[in-house]
Amino acid sequence: MTKERAVAAPESAPVSPAVARPWAHPSVLARWEFFLVLILGLFVWMGTRVSPYFLTPSNFANLTSAMMEVAIMALPATLIIIAGEIDLSVESTLGLASAILGFLWAAGVPLEVDIPLVLAVGGLAGLLNGLLVARAGLPSLVVTLGTLALYRGLAQVVLGTRAISDFPSGFTAFGFGTVPGSPIPWTLIVFAMLGAVFWFVAHATWIGRQVFAVGKNKDAARYAAVDVAALKTALFVVSGVLAALAGIILTARFSSARGDNGSGLVLTVVTIVLLGGVDINGGKGTIPGVILAVFTLATLQSALNLAGVSGDYQTVAVGLLLIVSITAPYIARQARTVIGRVLRARHPPPDPVAHGEVVG
Amino acid sequence: MSVSWAVHRTRLGPILGALGRSRELTLTGVMVVLAVLVTVRAPNFLAPDNLNQVTVLAAIIAIAAVGEALVVITREVDLSVESTMGLIAFVVGAVLREHSTSVPEAWAMGLGLALVLGMVNGAIITIFRVPSIVVTLGTLNVYRGLVFFVANGTQISLSDLPAGYTNPATQTIFGVPLFVIVAVLTTTLAAVALHSTRFGRQLYAVGSDREAATVMGIHSRWVIFVAFSLCGLLAGVAGVLWGVEFGTIYATSASGVVLQVVAAVVVGGVAISGGSGTVVGAAIGALFLGLINNALLLLNLPQELLQVIYGAVILIAVATDAFVRLRARGTRQAVVP
Amino acid sequence: MGDAPGAGSSVRSRVDTPGVAPDGPADSPSRSRLEVRNVSKRFDATAALTDVSLELRAGEIHALVGENGAGKSTLVKILAGVHVPDSGTILLDGVEVQIPDPVTARLLGIAVVHQEPRLFPDLSVAENVFLAHPPTRRLGAISWAEMRQMAAALFEELGVHLDVGATVRGLSMADQQLIEIAKALSVDARVLILDEPTSALSAHEVERLFAIVRRARDRGVAVLFVSHRLEEVFELCDRATVFRDGRHIITASVGDLTTADLVRHMVGRAVTLFPKAEAPIGEVLLEVRHLSRPGAFQDVSFKVHAGEIVGMAGLVGAGRTEIARVLFGIDQASGGEMLLDGRPLHLSSPSAALRAGIAYVPEDRHRDGLILDFSITDNVTLPILPRLFPHLLVHPATERTLARGFVDRLRVRATSVDQLVQALSGGNQQKVVIAKWLATHPKVLILDEPTRGVDIGAKVEVHRIVSELAASGLGIVLISSDLPEVLAMSDRILVLHEGRITAEIPRAEASEERVMFAATGHDGGASAEAGGPSEASHAGGTA
Repeated sequence: MTKERAVAAPESAPVSPAVARPWAHPSVLARWEFFLVLILGLFVWMGTRVSPYFLTPSNFANLTSAMMEVAIMALPATLIIIAGEIDLSVESTLGLASAILGFLWAAGVPLEVDIPLVLAVGGLAGLLNGLLVARAGLPSLVVTLGTLALYRGLAQVVLGTRAISDFPSGFTAFGFGTVPGSPIPWTLIVFAMLGAVFWFVAHATWIGRQVFAVGKNKDAARYAAVDVAALKTALFVVSGVLAALAGIILTARFSSARGDNGSGLVLTVVTIVLLGGVDINGGKGTIPGVILAVFTLATLQSALNLAGVSGDYQTVAVGLLLIVSITAPYIARQARTVIGRVLRARHPPPDPVAHGEVVG
Repeated sequence: MSVSWAVHRTRLGPILGALGRSRELTLTGVMVVLAVLVTVRAPNFLAPDNLNQVTVLAAIIAIAAVGEALVVITREVDLSVESTMGLIAFVVGAVLREHSTSVPEAWAMGLGLALVLGMVNGAIITIFRVPSIVVTLGTLNVYRGLVFFVANGTQISLSDLPAGYTNPATQTIFGVPLFVIVAVLTTTLAAVALHSTRFGRQLYAVGSDREAATVMGIHSRWVIFVAFSLCGLLAGVAGVLWGVEFGTIYATSASGVVLQVVAAVVVGGVAISGGSGTVVGAAIGALFLGLINNALLLLNLPQELLQVIYGAVILIAVATDAFVRLRARGTRQAVVP
Repeated sequence: MGDAPGAGSSVRSRVDTPGVAPDGPADSPSRSRLEVRNVSKRFDATAALTDVSLELRAGEIHALVGENGAGKSTLVKILAGVHVPDSGTILLDGVEVQIPDPVTARLLGIAVVHQEPRLFPDLSVAENVFLAHPPTRRLGAISWAEMRQMAAALFEELGVHLDVGATVRGLSMADQQLIEIAKALSVDARVLILDEPTSALSAHEVERLFAIVRRARDRGVAVLFVSHRLEEVFELCDRATVFRDGRHIITASVGDLTTADLVRHMVGRAVTLFPKAEAPIGEVLLEVRHLSRPGAFQDVSFKVHAGEIVGMAGLVGAGRTEIARVLFGIDQASGGEMLLDGRPLHLSSPSAALRAGIAYVPEDRHRDGLILDFSITDNVTLPILPRLFPHLLVHPATERTLARGFVDRLRVRATSVDQLVQALSGGNQQKVVIAKWLATHPKVLILDEPTRGVDIGAKVEVHRIVSELAASGLGIVLISSDLPEVLAMSDRILVLHEGRITAEIPRAEASEERVMFAATGHDGGASAEAGGPSEASHAGGTA
C-alpha cells in the first residue's frame, strides 16, 4: 500500500508465506499438527487391527485417564520450554504433593483443607525453581535437576516408605471414574478445561505473546520492556501448582499416596511437549500441537497394550518417537533443499521474483 | 541481579570466591571433615569392609561421571548413560549365560556395544544438529527398552555366571579395592588426555566458545562426536563393573543412576555451561556423594534424606559456579579505566 | 571457494607497483609484502568497500585511518579471512591468494589483533595465546611449562605483568587486548594487523607495544596499524592511508602530512542529508547531573529540551551507549541523578523507563531491537501490549490498525503488517524499531546509531522522521558515529572521549574538525578555526 511512496533503494520485498499470527507459526505448525493427526490416525488404525476392544468406550476411558497427570504437567512445561527454559522437577513436585496429601489425610485433616494446602506447596516448589532460574540467573537444567532430587527426597521424608490408601471413595472415583453415562473420565474434563485455558493464554493473550518473545530473543524482549524474570518465575509457579494437581489426581487414581509416586514421569512430559512440535531451544510451539501429542502417545500406548506389548517395550517406542520427531524437520529440510536443487537444475525458475529472498 | 546485590553487601564474597577456585580441593576438604565427623559418631566407618563398600560403589559412578564430564565440558549433556550401563551389565551377563564365551571376550563385546551406543548419540546430535538433551532423553528410553528386549522377562543371577565372577568386586591390591584402582587409572588417563593433548584442549575450547573454536580451525562437531563416543564407552566400563559388583542383574538395573552421575559432575565443578572443570573433580564428586550415602547409613539417619542432600548439594554447587563467574565479571568492569 | 574472482582477469604478476624494486633482497624495506587490489565488498544495500587498493611494504608500519564506518574494519576482516571480498585480488609477496577463512589467514602468516578480543574465558592466559600451536614434548603432549615460559616471555617483552596461568575470565578489557596482541606476536607473521589495539591500554602499555611493533618492522614484518588516535599515527607509522565512505582517499608518507591534513581527508563525506527542520525549543525535559558508572562513564551532565535534538558524538567505546543504557534502566548508575520534567527518575528496568516516557532505539537492531521472526505488528505492539489490552485478550484487528498507522506514517516498505521483520531491508527494520517506540508515546527518544547499515534512501527517511518527531515536541538524544549526520541533525553536540564529555558544541559552531578533535581526546575545539570555549553558554554545561 505504501509502494508508490517507497524510496528508490533497491530492496527486495519478499512475499513471505501469508502468516497471520507469526508468533504462533500456524503455517509451519499446521504442517506439524497435520503430521501428528496422520500419526494419530495411523495409531488408531493399528489399534483397531490388533484388538476389537480398541474402539470401545471403556478403552477410551482407560487410555485417556492413564495419561492425564502427564498431560496436565505438559501444559505449563510447553510454555516453559517455549520461554527457553526447562522444568525437570515436576515429577518430584507431583510426588511431594502426593506424600503431603497422604500425610495430612492420615493425620485427620479433611480433604477440603488438604487439597488447597497441597496446591500451595506445589506453588512454593515452583517459586523456588523460578527464583533460582529467573532472579539468580542459574541454568534451569541444573536447578531443576537439583530440585528433582530435593523434592523427591522431601516427599520420602514426609511419608517415609509408607503408603496411605484409605481415601474416601468419592475422592478416588474422581481419579479413575467417568462422568456417569459416558466414557469420559472426570480427569479428562479437568485436562480439557486446563487445555482450553492454556490454549487461550498462549495464543490469544499478550502473556502468551511475551512468552514467545522471551523464547525467541530474550534481549530484545527485555529491551521491549517485558519483565522477563517475573514472567519466567510465574511460569515455574504455575508448573509447580499443576504438578501438585497432577499429584492429587494420581493419588486418587491409584488410591494410594506414596513418596515415590510419579517417578520417571518427566521423561514422558518432555517427550509429549517435543512431540507436540515445541522447539527445545525456545520460541516455537503450540498448545494444540501438545494436546494432539498427548492423544497420539496415549493411543500408541493403548494399541501396544492391546497388542500384548509390555510397558517396558513401550518406552522404546516413546524414545524413538521423540528422536524421530526432532530429526524429522531436519531431514525434511535437507530433502527439500536437495529436491529443490535438482528441480532448479532441470527447470530454471520461470518467475525471477519468486526466489528473491529465502528466509530461513 | 539480586545476586550481585547480595554479594556486595555480605562478607560471604571472598569465602565463596575462594571455594569456587578449586572445587577439587574444596570437596576433598569437605570430605575429610565429613569423614572425621562420621568416624567420631560411628567408628566402624573406618572398618575396611565399610571403606571398601563405599569406594567400590563410588568407583563405578566415578567412571561414568568421567565420561559424562567429557560431554559436559563441550557444553552438551548425556542422559542416556544409565541405560547404557544397565544394557551393558545385562548383555555381558546374558552372553556369559547363553554362550560359551570367555569373560574377557564378553567384556570386550560389552565395551564395543557401549562405544557404538555412544557413537549413535554423537552421530544423531552432530549430523542432525539437534540438542543433546532431547536426543539422549530419547536414547535413555530406547536403550532401556533394548535391555528389556534382551532380558525378555528374565534376570541374570549369580548361578548364570561363571564361578567367582563377582570376586574382583571384593579383591584388593595392597588394601586398595581393585575397582578403585580401575577408577583412578581411568580418571588419570582421562585427566592427562584432557590436560596434555591437543584434542583435550579442543574439548574445552569447543565448550567455552564453539564459534571461536571453529574460527580457529577446530572441527567442533567431530570433537563433540568423540566426546559422546567416549562417554558411551566409559558408561560401558561402569556397566561391566556394575555387573561384577552385583552379580544379579535386572532389566531395570542402574535406573535412576543418571541423576547421581550428573550430580557428581556438577558437584565436581564441571560447569553445565561448558568449557570448565576437570574429570578429577567429577570423580571426587562421585566419591563425595557416595560418602554422604554411607554417612546416612552409619549415623542411622533416615535414608530418605539422601535425595534431599543430593538436591541441596547440586543447587549449592551451581549457585557457587554462577557466583564465582559473577564476581569475575565484577572485577573486570571495575578495572576498565 | 565459492567466491568468484571478479577481478580475476588482473594479471598475476610479480612486478608490483611502479617505482618499487620488484626483486629486491628478501625483506628489503621497500618490497611489497601485501597488496590489496580493487577490492569491493557490499553488505545488503550498503557498500562497505568500493574498489580500494592498498599496498603494505615489508618493513613498514602503515597507518589506516578514517571515521567510524569508513571501511577500515571491513578491510581488516577481509584480510583476516572473516569476510570474503565481492571482487578484487589480494597478493601476498607477489602471489595471488584467497583467504576464505581465518585458519588460512593464519597459515599465510597474517596475524590480526581484532578490536574486540575474542578469547576463551575458561582457558588460561598462556593457553589462549598458544591454543592454535601449543609447544609439545614427546608423544605430542602439550608442554605446559614451556607454554607458560613462552607466554611469560612474550608478556615481559610487552612489559606487562600478567599471571599467565590464570583464566581469562575476569580480566580487564585492557589485559584481554594485550593477550590478543601476544597471540598475534606469538606466530612469526609476515603481516601484522592491529585494529585499534590501543583503545583500552595505558600509556605505559602503549609505549611497550610500539617498541614491539617497531622491532617487528625491523625484522621485515609489514604492519597495518588501524587507529583513531592521530598522534599515535605520527609517532609510530611510516606511511598512512585514509579511507572515507569505503573508498581510498590518499596514501602518503607520514612526514608529508599534518594532523589537519589527516582530519581534512577523513571528514567531508559527501552525503545527502535531511537537515533538522527549525523547531521551537521548549522547556527542559530530561536533565542528567553528574551521572557516573564505573568502567563506563564519569560525571556526565547534560540537558535535553522539548523539541531539541542533542547529538552525542564520540569514538566507539567512548561511553555513549553506556549512558543510553542507564537512561533506559538496563544498567544502573553508581552516582549522580536523572530528572524528567524536574522530577527525579529511578529507573530499575526498561519497564520503568517506558512508564516514565523514555524510549531507546538500541544500537544492535538484530540482537536488541527486534524479534526477527515476529511480524511487524507483533514487534510494534510488544512494549505496549499490557497497556493496550488490559483484559489480557489481544484483539488482532486493533493492533494491526495501530501498527498500520505507524507503518504508513514512517513509510515502512512492506507487503503487509503481518510480514516478518526478518524479510525487511535494514532501513525498514530500523523504521519498525522506531515505530515500536513511537507507539509508547515517549517524551524522550534515544536513538543509538539509527542509520547504521541502512541504505542512503532509508537514511534520509529516518532523518526526516527524527526531525518531525523533534518538531512535535519530543526531546531526542541522537547517538551517532556518522559525523555529517550528527552535524546536520543536532541542535547541540556533546562529544565524549573515554567516558567524559570533552566538548559541548552548539549547532552554529559545530564542524566535523572540531568534533573529531574533541572525540580523539584533543581539547574541544582548541585547534579548529575560531570557536573558543563559548559552548558552555548554552543550557546544561558540563559543570
